[in-house]
Amino acid sequence: MLDSHTIAVAMSGGVDSSTVAAMLRAEGHTVVGLTMQLWNQRRLAGHPGMPEAVQGRCCSLDDVYDARRVAETLGFPYYVVNHEESFERDVVRPFVEEYLSGRTPIPCSLCNNHLKFDELLVVARQIGADALATGHYARVEFDEQRGRWLLKRPADLSKDQTYFLFGLTQEQLSRTLFPLGGLTKPEVRELARRHGLALAEKPDSQEICFVPGGDYKHFLDAYLAEQGESLPDTAGELVTSDGQVIGEHAGIHNFTVGQRKGLGIATGSPLYVLQIKGDTREVVVGNQDELYSRTLRARRVNLIAVEELREPMRVAVKIRHRHEPGPAILEASGDDEVLVTFDQPQRAITPGQAAVFYDGDTVVGGGWIT
Amino acid sequence: MRRVYFDNNATTPVLPEVFEAMQPYFGEYFGNASSIHHHGQETRAAVERARESVAALLGCRPSEVVFTSGGTEGDNLAIFGLAQAGDHVVTSTIEHHAVLNSCKHLEAAGCEVTYVPVDDRCLVDPDDVRRALRPNTKLITIMMANNETGVLQPVEEIAKVAAEADVYFHSDGVQAAGKVPIDVMRIGCDLLSISGHKMHAPQGVGALYVRKGTILQPMLYGGSHERSRRAGTENVPGIVGLGKAAELAREALERGDLAKMGAVRDRIQQTLLGAVEATGVNGDGAPRVPNTTNMYFDYIEGEALVIALDLKGLAVSTGAACSSGAIEPSHVLTAMGLRPDRARASLRFSLGKQNTPEDVEFALGVVPSTVARLRELSPVYNKTAVSH
Repeated sequence: MLDSHTIAVAMSGGVDSSTVAAMLRAEGHTVVGLTMQLWNQRRLAGHPGMPEAVQGRCCSLDDVYDARRVAETLGFPYYVVNHEESFERDVVRPFVEEYLSGRTPIPCSLCNNHLKFDELLVVARQIGADALATGHYARVEFDEQRGRWLLKRPADLSKDQTYFLFGLTQEQLSRTLFPLGGLTKPEVRELARRHGLALAEKPDSQEICFVPGGDYKHFLDAYLAEQGESLPDTAGELVTSDGQVIGEHAGIHNFTVGQRKGLGIATGSPLYVLQIKGDTREVVVGNQDELYSRTLRARRVNLIAVEELREPMRVAVKIRHRHEPGPAILEASGDDEVLVTFDQPQRAITPGQAAVFYDGDTVVGGGWIT
Repeated sequence: MRRVYFDNNATTPVLPEVFEAMQPYFGEYFGNASSIHHHGQETRAAVERARESVAALLGCRPSEVVFTSGGTEGDNLAIFGLAQAGDHVVTSTIEHHAVLNSCKHLEAAGCEVTYVPVDDRCLVDPDDVRRALRPNTKLITIMMANNETGVLQPVEEIAKVAAEADVYFHSDGVQAAGKVPIDVMRIGCDLLSISGHKMHAPQGVGALYVRKGTILQPMLYGGSHERSRRAGTENVPGIVGLGKAAELAREALERGDLAKMGAVRDRIQQTLLGAVEATGVNGDGAPRVPNTTNMYFDYIEGEALVIALDLKGLAVSTGAACSSGAIEPSHVLTAMGLRPDRARASLRFSLGKQNTPEDVEFALGVVPSTVARLRELSPVYNKTAVSH
């Protein structure tokens, strides 16, 4: 690039975002590093089932230290900004409430929508940056013909994070840079090494950042206890799809659609969770075949590649992070709601997860499965 | 890039005269002040000269000065040196964390603590302190000047309350030392802590005034340094620096330099109030140290403003930084009853002796335009603007 811009880099202290900072610096941009302080791991330390000492990956001092070292090595200013209050309001609370009403949430999408590409982007612009760069594996480009900013899958499909980014608006995309979109993870590590970054070999993080060890049930208990609330009684009946009661369960938040283990029922054929009814607290179970369904409805839809859905559109739809998108017809079915009809039935369509619509590599949009 | 430092309540640069006074004690005079030989005698003399200088600044006897590693240690030594399980302690909601967290620890260790509130000007009411007293009250610890707003507390009246009840009175004088005259006899306190680096001496040195006859339980055990009140070989260069800084502070106060600084602070305040709308001064109307003003700029996040100003070369601060460096909401402004959004929209400007008129002009030029940019991009400001 010829002209130098001021670019804010959202830094987690990991290899991806650190490499982004190094790349932009090498291209001659003025870089400002920002880390969001989102969650205080010490809050729940010591609650039953939670680690005594802080070892989570979210906002740990080690990560801030690593990010600060990168900024110091490459010579650009770096700041930690406190967004704990809105993270709790917009991500943690909804996460807890979704589970308690029988859905399976994706906090990462909420964080991207409300924190990273909303509040952090505002801070970035306020402090004089033209754009915000992150270490996500995705691509953003402007389509002259459509006059729209497009979100596209990255070169390294095994790292594709577009599923978590479907909520980005045109305004947000116009100010977002994903410099890793054309690279594979090994290439990124190699770049990190070449830029002399000490954290080039740092392992990837996988789990939900504020849930240590990935045990969300313990997290719900600990969080509610800390809030002075107790886990509401969501115990109820286990029923078959034809309404037969076959047992009881201790609470709907223990279940996810498609789950097989932990039903506490011994029957001849394996049983799976088909549906969780938040209002009646019933958990509907059945056999493997009943898990498959051809349609889903999604609400709170965000469209990226098109302005509106005037007529049914052929797309491929991804219903969870590790899901091979299934060919389907996408059509508007109401105010802010779409109907997806798959060519082939899909296994375990789960309320609370996102449905993201793809046209080849391009993200058409997405919504929340109801 | 031009850099202007208006965060002197966080720390101050060591003045050249102070640095010069310290230098020989890193090489030429290196003795352990407890040694009986020539080398020890040289540094012992330097430590005692510094003690006299600090005593002169505080209006006490040299033997009543205990050198510490800084304000936090002085506060801890005063509090843990006096309070024991079963005792009651009175403090305020606006104390520095060195006092607040010490009191929290006391509670965990079997003491009772009362946190008296402040009014909307950041002032403790001495009557509240009186009403908080109990038969087992051992200590009142209330700061002289607040670090965030600069508001001076009515310490003389609080000392009277303490004296009437025969209770010890400690005051954290860290933000007052060098900014207003301190006379521990006039105040009537039993203990008062100060910190070197808030008054142009180096970081890592401080002092605690301990009234003669006050028995303190030491926190560090070892040699009989500092009359057995604080074990550990003296930080001679630091102590020499603190002594020199105390001397310079006394001279500056006598010359009226601080009154001049107060006039500069007032001008900064007035200019910003005139140039930026929806702005005000926190602690307005209360007596304040002359170097500090804490102002709110509605509709912005103070954190973003601090970063934006830093990128333009002006160093100011908001709230207190936590271990990661993120800003936590100010307990002081919250205790004054500020709305949370206004507490977050507040910024502290604190001047130091090294600041020049050009520094002031620079700050007055950069703040209004930066606030304007933040507001222009603030979702809250735009929503408010639309609703008007």
